[in-house]
Amino acid sequence: MKYIYMDHAATTPTNPDVLKAMLPFFSEKYGNPSSLYSIGQESRTVIEEARGKVAKFIGAKHDEIVFTSGGTESNNFALMGVAWANQKKGNHIVTSSIEHHAIINPCKFLEKRGFKVTYLPVDKYGIVDPDDVKKAITDKTILISIMHANNEIGTIEPIAEIGKVAREKEIIFHTDAVQTVGHIPVNVDELNVDLLSLSAHKFYGPKGAGALYIRKGTKIVPYLYGGDQEKRRRASTENVPGIVGLGKAIELAMQDMEEECKRLASLRNMLIEKILSEVDEVILNGHPTQRLPNNANFSFKYIEGESLILSLDMEGIACSTGSACTSSSLEPSHVLRAIGLPHEIAHGSLRFTLGRSNNEEQIDYVVEKLKKIVNKFRSMSPLYEKK
Amino acid sequence: MSVYSEKVMDHFRNPRNVGEIENPDGVGKAGNPVCGDIMELYIKVEDEKIVDAKFKTFGCGAAIATSSMVTEMVKGKTIEEALKITNKAVAEALDGLPPIKMHCSVLAEEALKSAIEDYYKKKEEVK
Repeated sequence: MKYIYMDHAATTPTNPDVLKAMLPFFSEKYGNPSSLYSIGQESRTVIEEARGKVAKFIGAKHDEIVFTSGGTESNNFALMGVAWANQKKGNHIVTSSIEHHAIINPCKFLEKRGFKVTYLPVDKYGIVDPDDVKKAITDKTILISIMHANNEIGTIEPIAEIGKVAREKEIIFHTDAVQTVGHIPVNVDELNVDLLSLSAHKFYGPKGAGALYIRKGTKIVPYLYGGDQEKRRRASTENVPGIVGLGKAIELAMQDMEEECKRLASLRNMLIEKILSEVDEVILNGHPTQRLPNNANFSFKYIEGESLILSLDMEGIACSTGSACTSSSLEPSHVLRAIGLPHEIAHGSLRFTLGRSNNEEQIDYVVEKLKKIVNKFRSMSPLYEKK
Repeated sequence: MSVYSEKVMDHFRNPRNVGEIENPDGVGKAGNPVCGDIMELYIKVEDEKIVDAKFKTFGCGAAIATSSMVTEMVKGKTIEEALKITNKAVAEALDGLPPIKMHCSVLAEEALKSAIEDYYKKKEEVK
């Protein structure tokens, strides 16, 4: 059976060229970058090359990039690092109600340690209003953290405008750009950000490799303590193969980003148009235009999302849901709740995130199968009957 | 690989006894849309014996499989026997459920109890 992968926001397959670039750094060129002999220095050289590629992609300076283990660590580093470094100045953090758990949960931890956090609401499309950010700022605010694009509904936030607010008020501004780096243009100066998180496995790089951009002069302390790696900003022997993979992946992303972006957006539009016109009682979640080129998120009324996922899987189709039934909390996605969806509609959500392996033929196949599956579950649903 | 047993997947793929019964002797409801699970169970009773059972369910894979299984289990049983069916028995008949899905089997037990209650109520009304 063919396998159609439409969950690229969860992770992407490592590009074979990326893997090829990484392989020598496991068993052949295994030197520790901190060692002075030649194989150590060889590892040092490739790390710095990768750093240059990451810096170039986001328009940063070479030494403003700190390698981490991925998006979660970068986000924790940004939040904890700024919180602990600026405690004397204040204890207030502004974020949104639709952030990834790698932002929300560190915020909750900080709340237990005496920090105050404002979780800004979003509109029905999932957009944070820069005016709300401005109003939330107090003389105790030390950090604003708003994601560049939402991982579930794909909405792209007005980061440059929010950054302007942060600049005016001289408050450190972080953005979680895990869903955008490698996919759409990201420039730290245009976005007015001081800190930015990115993760390699979201753009055909390896899992376990990421980076935090730290603008020169930003007051932050390390998250990991130990050796002097990463100019004492992040201890731990560098993940050389992972960093090489990250560098290669970002280099490849840059090569055809514009075309791939266009191709994915047109595939996504095709998927959205087909589903909205061929299936009844479907809602498109997220912003109609201000969204990631590869993201389509729907709610199919009267059906629960996990049933859809399991049935699509049987047809060889992989995608994801914000239904509670896939989490241990029994609560549906906080993002879908924040955009105002009632529980039963949030439970029926389905997210398709497209990538390099997808094509038009697959879109046709997916819509075809989905229609049958939706009909089957609606005919079984006591909610549908009541219509 | 699946998070569910073969048996759960079998009942999910080919749920038994889907639908409604015309002029049922008892209708049971359980769950609510907030949790993402709603089950409706219909029973037909003759001489204190459940001769037919059907269901409609809004819910996840486990909710659909437990609904299907409980309808299979009650058919042919007397009301008294049916009342002894526990959520654990339904889960066991499906070769187990993941721990976070055990509440789905509670849904099946509740819907069954509610259908039998409705049956008793209807019987009272006839008298």
